[in-house]
Amino acid sequence: MSAVATTPLVALDGASRSFGAVHALRGASLALRAGEVRALMGENGAGKSTLVKILTGVDRPNSGTVLVDGEPVVFHSTADSRDAGVAVILQEPTLFPDLSVAENVVMGRHPRRSFGRIDRPAMKKSVQDLLDRLGVDLDPDRPVQGLSIADQQIVEIAKAMSFDARVLIMDEPTAALSGREVERLFGVVRALQARGAAVLFISHRLEEVYEIATVVTVMRDGEVVHDGPLSELPEDELVRRMVGRDVNQLFPKTEAEIGDVVLDVRGLSREGVFYDVDLQVKAGEIVALAGLVGAGRSEVVQAIFGVDQATEGSVSMNGTDLPLGKPTAAVAAGMALVPEDRRQQGLVMDMSIGQNATLARLGEMRSRGLLSPKRERAEASQWGERLQLKYGRLSDPVGTLSGGNQQKVVLAKWLSTKPRLLIIDEPTRGIDVGTKAEVHRIINDLASEGLAVLMVSSELPEVLGMADRVLVVFEGRVTAELSRAEADEERVVRAATGRAPVTEEIA
Amino acid sequence: MSTVATTPTGSAPDRTPGVVRTEDSLLKKVLGRWETLILVLIAVVFAIGSGISSEFLTGESLTTGSSDFTEYAILALPLTLIIATGEIDLSVASVLALSSALMGYLWNQGLPMEAILPICIVAGAVCGLINGWLVTGLGLPSLAVTIGTMALFRGLAFVILGDESVTDFPTDYTDWAFGNFGGTVVPNTIVLFLVLAAIFAVVLHRTPFGRSIFAIGANKEAARFSGLRVNRTQLKLFVLSGAIAALAGILLTLRNSTAAGNVGTGFELTAIAAVVLGGVSIFGGSGTIGGVILALILLGGIQKALNLDPDISTYWVNIVFGILLIGSVLGPNLAARFREARRTRNRGARPFRPGRPAAAPSGPEGEGNTDA
Repeated sequence: MSAVATTPLVALDGASRSFGAVHALRGASLALRAGEVRALMGENGAGKSTLVKILTGVDRPNSGTVLVDGEPVVFHSTADSRDAGVAVILQEPTLFPDLSVAENVVMGRHPRRSFGRIDRPAMKKSVQDLLDRLGVDLDPDRPVQGLSIADQQIVEIAKAMSFDARVLIMDEPTAALSGREVERLFGVVRALQARGAAVLFISHRLEEVYEIATVVTVMRDGEVVHDGPLSELPEDELVRRMVGRDVNQLFPKTEAEIGDVVLDVRGLSREGVFYDVDLQVKAGEIVALAGLVGAGRSEVVQAIFGVDQATEGSVSMNGTDLPLGKPTAAVAAGMALVPEDRRQQGLVMDMSIGQNATLARLGEMRSRGLLSPKRERAEASQWGERLQLKYGRLSDPVGTLSGGNQQKVVLAKWLSTKPRLLIIDEPTRGIDVGTKAEVHRIINDLASEGLAVLMVSSELPEVLGMADRVLVVFEGRVTAELSRAEADEERVVRAATGRAPVTEEIA
Repeated sequence: MSTVATTPTGSAPDRTPGVVRTEDSLLKKVLGRWETLILVLIAVVFAIGSGISSEFLTGESLTTGSSDFTEYAILALPLTLIIATGEIDLSVASVLALSSALMGYLWNQGLPMEAILPICIVAGAVCGLINGWLVTGLGLPSLAVTIGTMALFRGLAFVILGDESVTDFPTDYTDWAFGNFGGTVVPNTIVLFLVLAAIFAVVLHRTPFGRSIFAIGANKEAARFSGLRVNRTQLKLFVLSGAIAALAGILLTLRNSTAAGNVGTGFELTAIAAVVLGGVSIFGGSGTIGGVILALILLGGIQKALNLDPDISTYWVNIVFGILLIGSVLGPNLAARFREARRTRNRGARPFRPGRPAAAPSGPEGEGNTDA
């Protein structure tokens, strides 16, 4: 790249930040140059968030400096960093849902006419220009309400461009996007790159990083452990630097003995969401529901578990029909659901680690009729140990844990109920590479012990690596059923995008 | 301070389900607690009270002061549970009045007290069932539902008894309601309250049911995803609230020897004030029965102190209650902001929250949480 000699637009020089005894950042340096897409890689807790917070003025380093165009500056607030041309795109955009796309983009800086009235034609035109430059087809007049997360991110990017952001920090922007949406986002990123913007791209998905980024900064334990062109760093080497050890197999699939049918779903429908879903999961088997985000996979498993009400069809566990829409009955029958949204559905964030871990089986935490804190502690710490949960005290709020460890708490909560069927929705979303492999190992081990597993995943390598059988969902219908041998990337993607199935026909 | 010693707060002082905190030094822990602040306020009120009148700190004063507060205190118990789940029941005072009116009506009809009392309690439970069904069955907001039933049940009370009042209840019953427990200065009705409070404290803090209450209040969706019976729990609480409100109506009727449809107007506000002042989050998810009892003592103390001063108009009681209530909402809010400000300057540890979360929960997940 020709960028080597140029002064970075924004840089961090020897920045350290500690919170009490915890060193979140130790002497980290990072340069964001015009026309570069830099990947920031590292496990959860490696210091990426802290670094981003410093670059965006949310936090300030204890030592070290932020440089803008080579000049040291201090960002006292996000307004300072914005004025320096730094913009952030978050995984979940924060827009005003009731206002139009154009109004969101120019929020606070509306073009005015006489008497302070908003100049709507001018506003619409300037936003349309921005969207055209980004090469996206989005109506500036439509409300943000109802836009997909992907479209909302585009609106955020347009907003950043409207105040001439030169540096765009994207913190896991693709976590909630489908393959096609990721491609479009990358098109936008490339357009920005061509216009001379610097991009800092944070993602846990390696293939995306290799597709979009040119240079990479790898962090571990608050330190920058690698900085250089991405092309010189092969994937396994990148992972090794992030984790600090070898991660031999990302998906250590162990062969399990397949037993009797545990879950039998027939003709399950929910009006307007999904239709006529048939599926079986046998003991020891891992069945994956693949498909695009929004295809209705999470809705299917939530209806099976009963938190959503199905309108038609039947769900039976071990040959016994379950009442629809009754999660308590599903749990009693041996079903467990690790939901997609950890913070809203999986955990009660205000409760402690221990209280969350025992929430699904409070009845068993009693001794002489009353909750026994001793028993709760014993159970929670036993499962914490089994899943190698990293925590301070069981009485700490669960929110203090990293994403991967939070997921382990949800797993502990459900595995401790000794389920026959584990439904797990996006098992490794927002989890770092090391913990990811651990979660996969846990799921595999459980399957080999005879647990039936139904997994929803948007990550193809995860689906292909883990599943014994893949069901592909497209617009609320199962469009393909593929055995492990049949399942490959092309077949899954074809079925997931509604193109003709390659092999099997589903009536 | 003898009243403080009689409260069963000792059951679970430092393991409050639903309230999470990092374990700081003991001193910080004690000082940081909402209950400590209430205790300090109680001490201040009792000091001022004995300054106002030498009658304040006497057995006689304790007897009358506490028995005047019986109904508020009893109403506050189920309200604590309902508010901890993030709902509200504004109809309790109307159920209380309905119970009183029904009692008078049935007595006029010649039914024995032994039959009247259970009928009143069941009637209260049915009122609660109606509230609970509207909230959990139809998914209506409890605030709107219970504003409606507040008017409805009050209206029914007048339909049943009209404008008249019934005063000729049997003296065995009224004597018990007037009387003190054994040879002590503690009224019988307060002993009944303390027994109920102990039961409520155990249920809320030491049973799966109580834990579910906090889980529902903190995150209803996660509670459902955990297989907890969210609707059934809430329905039970509304039924309980109705039954307990009817019990409070019986006690009030016996204490005053008067049944009427207009009794207890505005009682729900004082009871809710005690719950909120006691550190139960109005958004649900945290609080303790102990804190509510302390708040009741504080409010009761204020009322008694102001009543003893002939120069102070009784309307001042309402003004002081109002200021305290606003302060109780404002205090933790300001404290949270103060801590937040201190945290951004000097991020030593995560802030812990007092008994009540004031600011929106800020989930500090490891990554991807950058505010921009």
